[in-house]
Amino acid sequence: MSSEAERSGPLPVVPFLKLPPGAEPYLEGHACGECEAVFLGARTVCSRCGARDRMETRRLADVGTLHTYSIVHRSFPGIEVPYVSAVVDLEGGGCVKGNLIGVEPDPEKIALGMRVQVVYGDALGRKDRDGNAYTSYFFEPRAAADGSAR
Amino acid sequence: MSGVYVLGIDMMKFGRFPDRTVPQLGAEAALMALDDARVTIQQVQAVYCGNIGEANAMVGQRVLHQIGQTGVPVVNCANACATGATAFREAWVAIRAGLYDVALAVGVEQMGRGLLGGGAKAGGISTEGLLGSGTMPAVFGEAGLEHTRKHGTTFEQFAKVSVKNHHHSTLNPKAMYQLETPLETVMGAEMIAYPNTKLMCSVNVDGAAAAVLVSERKARELGLARAVRVKASVLTSDPWQARDLVLPDVSTCTRNAAAQAYEMAAIGPGELDLVELHDCFATAELLHYENLGLCDDGQAGRLIDEGETALGGRIPVNVSGGLLSKGHPLGATGIANIYEVCTQLRGEAGKRQVAGARIGLTHVIGLGSACGVHVLERVAQAS
Repeated sequence: MSSEAERSGPLPVVPFLKLPPGAEPYLEGHACGECEAVFLGARTVCSRCGARDRMETRRLADVGTLHTYSIVHRSFPGIEVPYVSAVVDLEGGGCVKGNLIGVEPDPEKIALGMRVQVVYGDALGRKDRDGNAYTSYFFEPRAAADGSAR
Repeated sequence: MSGVYVLGIDMMKFGRFPDRTVPQLGAEAALMALDDARVTIQQVQAVYCGNIGEANAMVGQRVLHQIGQTGVPVVNCANACATGATAFREAWVAIRAGLYDVALAVGVEQMGRGLLGGGAKAGGISTEGLLGSGTMPAVFGEAGLEHTRKHGTTFEQFAKVSVKNHHHSTLNPKAMYQLETPLETVMGAEMIAYPNTKLMCSVNVDGAAAAVLVSERKARELGLARAVRVKASVLTSDPWQARDLVLPDVSTCTRNAAAQAYEMAAIGPGELDLVELHDCFATAELLHYENLGLCDDGQAGRLIDEGETALGGRIPVNVSGGLLSKGHPLGATGIANIYEVCTQLRGEAGKRQVAGARIGLTHVIGLGSACGVHVLERVAQAS
């Protein structure tokens, strides 16, 4: 998938998704050197402790736990439903929201607190006005993610 | 510092008024509040106006263009769903500081139908349904399931909030809806974002509410018989939380505001006779039982199961019908909540009257975030 991504040159769906050439994608956090708060996206001041110019980039873990979720059945026109909107705490810091895939959108099938894997792939075919494709990140239940690249 | 009183307050019946303008709606409520206070626009020394949809368009001044251009200072406020409470509080601040004896607070909103939040962004691609959801039903669904994770709260318990609040609204002629919704109807309604069904989402409506606030000196001069004392007025914002960027935290700013309000009012939650809280979604109401100290953490499900927050229960919550059924015109909601509590404290709530109500609390949350809490107390002795 990553070699195909290189050829077509998809863009990252958000600035904190990094797509290094020839290497695996990853999520990047900005951690405060003073208080360890982790942010998504570049910044210079920590809104937790107020420290300035102490931000350091950090590669975030690609494993985490499902903190909470909602199963979305009604969205805006053109957006396929249902889907699972998931809030995931990454191991070692950082909290990210994304679609939980590889599981039925059914509360009986989704366990709060379960381990999830961050996986990467095409942004559901969405393209911008200039026709650019995008790479996005998703979450999969850890068991389902083992041994498959999505 | 002066004590501050609500001398007059009113709201229009919430509904959909596409043929009227925002200033017209605001003006209607303002005139109703002035009449309730028995003062004229000429006596008003400052105006605080809350509105979101036309926040850059001088709504407060345009209200005065409808009802009296007296040249007094006008401040326009926008603070998400805490907008009306913020306008009310700014009037309170100014009177408490001794700047004015009479101030008018107006909250008004005209809304479209449909989902709030999560709309398309400029440039790039839409991330809605790709990076989860930014729609409000989903955001508050996630907040609800966070409570489920901690305390085992069930879909049915969340749904019971809607049954209760819709029932309450059958007793409120100013509510958008007056319809009973049995539990199976609520749970069986179209699922919007689990665990919130359509009947567990607040209603987008148009509406306006307004209040005349006065100093203690002015209240004594004009008559205390129907005056309501503002015992506490608090506004907080969201302190840093690890999940801030993806899961708005409506609890911490509420807990902080509640603690400050109880301290300012020198009461505990056990002394409240009723509460109007921010039930923008059914899930939210249960969180706020605990956030406002109406029960211990983990007990919100029990509170709704045992009917303690229903009219006639230990601590009635949202007897107006709440945002779920009275309706949620964003900028008006904060003052409409205060109207309900004042009406109850005055003993004028008719069929939904909380017997002997003496002290009440109002709460609103604007996502982003702002939390406004007010504690109000009856002045006149019960007859």
